[in-house]
Amino acid sequence: MTNIPETGRTPRVQIRLIILQILVLSLLLTLGGRLWYLQVRNGDEYADEANGNHVQRVVEPAVRGSILDARGVPLADNETRLVVSASRTELMKMKDDGDAVLTRLAGVLGMQPKEVADKVRLCNAETPQPCWNGSPYQPIPITDEATPKQALQIRERAEDFPGITAEPTAVRRYTAPADARTSQVLGYLSPVTDEEIQAAKDTDSPYLRSDQVGRSGLERTYDKQLRGKAGVTAYEVDKLGRVMRQTQAEPAVPGANVVTSIDARVQAVAEYELYDAMKKIRMETDKITGEKYKADSGAVVVMESRTGRVVAMASNPDYDPNAWVGGISGKDYAKMTSKKSNYPLLNRAIQGQAAPGSIFKVVSASAAVRAGYDFDGRYNCSSSYSLGNRSFKNFESKGYGPISLGQALEVSCNTVFYALGHQEWKRDGGNKPKKNPGDWFYKTARDFGLGAETGIDLPNEVSGRIPDRKWKQEYWKANKDIWCQQGKKDGDYAERIAYENCLEGNRLKAGDSVNYAIGQGDILVTPIQMATVYSAISNGGTLYDPSVGKAVISPDGQRVEEIKPKAHGKLPINGKTVGQLDKALRSVTQSGTAAWRFGGWPHDKIPIRAKTGTAQVYGKQTTSWLATYTDDYTIVMTISQGGTGSGASGPAVRNIYDAMYGLDKSGKQDLKKALLPKPQKDLPKIESDGSIDAPKVKPYVPIQEEPPAQNELAAGLTPGRRD
Amino acid sequence: MGGFSVSGYGPERGTMSKLFARDSLARRLDWPILLCTLALSVIGSALVYSATRNRTELVGDDPYAYVLKHVMNVGIGIALMIGTVWLGHRTLRTAVPILYGVSVFLVLLVLTPLGTTINGAHAWLDLGGLSLQPSEFVKITIILGMAMLLAARVDAGDREYPDHRTVVQALGLAAVPIMITMLMPDLGSVMVMAMIVLGVLLASGASNRWILGLLGTGAAGALAVWQLGVLDDYQIARFAAFANPALDPSGVGYNTNQARIAIGSGGLTGAGLGNGSQTTGQFVPEQQTDFIFTVAGEELGFLGAGLIIVLLGVVLWRACRIARETTELYGTIVAAGIIAWFAFQAFENIGMCLGIMPVAGLPLPFVSYGGTSMFAVWIAIGLLQSIRVQRPMSA
Repeated sequence: MTNIPETGRTPRVQIRLIILQILVLSLLLTLGGRLWYLQVRNGDEYADEANGNHVQRVVEPAVRGSILDARGVPLADNETRLVVSASRTELMKMKDDGDAVLTRLAGVLGMQPKEVADKVRLCNAETPQPCWNGSPYQPIPITDEATPKQALQIRERAEDFPGITAEPTAVRRYTAPADARTSQVLGYLSPVTDEEIQAAKDTDSPYLRSDQVGRSGLERTYDKQLRGKAGVTAYEVDKLGRVMRQTQAEPAVPGANVVTSIDARVQAVAEYELYDAMKKIRMETDKITGEKYKADSGAVVVMESRTGRVVAMASNPDYDPNAWVGGISGKDYAKMTSKKSNYPLLNRAIQGQAAPGSIFKVVSASAAVRAGYDFDGRYNCSSSYSLGNRSFKNFESKGYGPISLGQALEVSCNTVFYALGHQEWKRDGGNKPKKNPGDWFYKTARDFGLGAETGIDLPNEVSGRIPDRKWKQEYWKANKDIWCQQGKKDGDYAERIAYENCLEGNRLKAGDSVNYAIGQGDILVTPIQMATVYSAISNGGTLYDPSVGKAVISPDGQRVEEIKPKAHGKLPINGKTVGQLDKALRSVTQSGTAAWRFGGWPHDKIPIRAKTGTAQVYGKQTTSWLATYTDDYTIVMTISQGGTGSGASGPAVRNIYDAMYGLDKSGKQDLKKALLPKPQKDLPKIESDGSIDAPKVKPYVPIQEEPPAQNELAAGLTPGRRD
Repeated sequence: MGGFSVSGYGPERGTMSKLFARDSLARRLDWPILLCTLALSVIGSALVYSATRNRTELVGDDPYAYVLKHVMNVGIGIALMIGTVWLGHRTLRTAVPILYGVSVFLVLLVLTPLGTTINGAHAWLDLGGLSLQPSEFVKITIILGMAMLLAARVDAGDREYPDHRTVVQALGLAAVPIMITMLMPDLGSVMVMAMIVLGVLLASGASNRWILGLLGTGAAGALAVWQLGVLDDYQIARFAAFANPALDPSGVGYNTNQARIAIGSGGLTGAGLGNGSQTTGQFVPEQQTDFIFTVAGEELGFLGAGLIIVLLGVVLWRACRIARETTELYGTIVAAGIIAWFAFQAFENIGMCLGIMPVAGLPLPFVSYGGTSMFAVWIAIGLLQSIRVQRPMSA
């Protein structure tokens, strides 16, 4: 062997071989580079894609938590229905794709085999309904109305029914204890939408396609707490959909229970009394229009004065929340949203706004004190107040001579407040307003929390309206074009008003301020706002955020999250003025405008205060308002087109108090009959097995002056009521 | 090789020392090539097992059914390599006409009713349960045949380079089986053969005009094939899917898309052998054969899949060295043909898994399951070893 190979190789071949070698090397480098690009640089992206390829999730929905009243009586819970489902994955493993099993199942359920087979087939372009539209890995429900006998047959012969389950499944139920529907406060559920699923995808509480979501009321506010967490079992499947292994198993976590401050019994009384008051006032004739009162809608709020907690909240017309369970029918939905039914979905206690009329005078009196007027001063209560060529009259044109502000509240004298409103307007510069006007009447209303949401834990509360200078300017800007178009100098009343508004609608005029001082004109308030205001007077001046939710308790009763009362402000008046207002309101029930409705009331034992209101609405009958309170409770009732405050709402409000305190018509208290003489303090106990020791509740039986047939009443309670 | 002498050994040598004595067969074998190809075979066996263990439609109840056959194929391949080394490439040179004739005959048989179609390629011979893919043998006989013709006069010292007539003869020799393979049609093998021809001509020292002419003809031929509609629909679809991978991901583009997902999801270190969800879930088709690289990508990650490329690189690198260092043109041409074959086939196979080459039914040398191709590549290794082992004797 020689050390120098005798290759005889020509340079051309050697060069060509080197070229070959370089080519080979570059091919391999290309592969290496591409491999790095796919695996290291973009690896995560492909890993995600691979996961999407072969992981299938089976969802076990969480049981929704109950909504309880203050003593643990369920207002909304779940009822168990026997649902028979088929696991498609199991069936497809069988030689005949489960045909035999499904045929046997049809026999047990008394269905046609084809009917059952159609339910488990998957929907696609060529398959018409019925078919399964969900995940093929999700158990497919065959029926949710199986009888216990059928369920037993399926379970006992498990070997004959592989892949078939008969499980009790929870379905929402609104129990209406004591006939208390609590419709608008509870709200309702409806299936989750695609947008919501998308929006919640990356949050800590994502939705499942099978989820129901709270749409209004407590169901919506406390949706997250009530919903719980669905159990998810993930399976790795192969290309043909065969399950290879289970990769993740998270058991379902049931939703928490929400304890409310609602007392089902008081709620039932409130609902009935509101309904009854409206029914009765419809039989009376309105002296102004000469027609029967329409009493188209109404609301009542019963609130704990010292906490702002809502004991009862009723809005009429109402509806049966069970109509929403399992998907609302088109017919029911049309009915609930039609003008004819007058929109029963609205919770008028927080979404109904109207001028407050005379119940606003506590605000005006406070404003006067803040503006420097003496509460106990003398103010002329004439029968009418003249402003230019207009004359503002007292109710039924009564005059009382010089009286204090307290007495003006007691007899609800308009002219005293007209004059105060007018004077203040003049003091602020009148038609040529000062740079920084005092605007005490408007400021005080805002300081009382009016013109803004109270912050109640119910969705879509409205704010009402305080027609101050700023609002006037904005409102005029938004509407002046229409006013200027429609307005005629010498037209009818509406055209003249439009003409006037077109010219100077942006200015706060004397008439506005005079009207406003007695809660009329453009001012709007909600019943819950007025309840908050009167509660504050009752409790010495604290404006609480009204609340319905009292505590969130875990399903096993172990974790209790109390929802503490929250205040959003203090009344802008000192304790002395609060006391003076309180004294005046007390005399309203003893010698004032509401005295005739509180005959026989035990004033010494249970001092009660009230203020009546009768607000005029252009083109409609008057709105009836009655705001009342005791040391513990505040009740505000309003009836649209219902006449006077004491007339329409007086007996109803008194009946509610009577039921709560256990009073009879003569004012004798029987604590055994009293539903809630003191606010409920303790939370209901939830046992570790989830059971709740709730007291039994009986439907409310109103005390009748002339007892009519009981069943007639029940039948007439509310037409279409369930059970 | 570098010449340094070892003189410290005594005259008495044991069997082992004889085996590894200077100039002994074992010392002259190219061990890097041998070790790398063995390593590739071991990796390949593991991947074949992982890809087939739960494909009941292939392996029935025995998860080892495929891997056992695969290991057997490797064993036969190694035996064939030893046989080739023992015979020597020079001996084989004299047998080229017979080998060439037999292989062309077998390829022709595929066109008869004895031929079977697998995956749209009509390239198999079904000989009573034994499937043969004669085009794999043709690759070898083309190399040997062309090398014989082209090197004959040069090695005899008559000429510096093969003349035009010899080149024409050599091309004619290659053209016959290539045309037949094209008729099958087995386009993947045709492409490999074309690359072999190119590599062989390059190494033979044939005039540049031939090289350029061949490249031009190849391009024109591809265009003609495309235009004249010689391709089957499935082949056109494969190219379309390659050009646009997003095309119809559940249909034509499915394979390449799933292959890319499998490889990409492997990341740096992979899911671990047997743990790849794409592989276990059988989302990638033909995973034990053409798409075996995706198993490596998913389960062994960048490190494992990269190792396969590195091992192939070492084999090719050493093969280039053998081609350069052998003293006769015949050996050089054979080695160059094998280099072109392995390099292109590996590039095409891995490239299609990575989505940078269109899909063609070609196995990955030493790694993919498949008897005939396994035999062929081991015979090729035998040829390379023979060229290296016999190199000094021609000096």
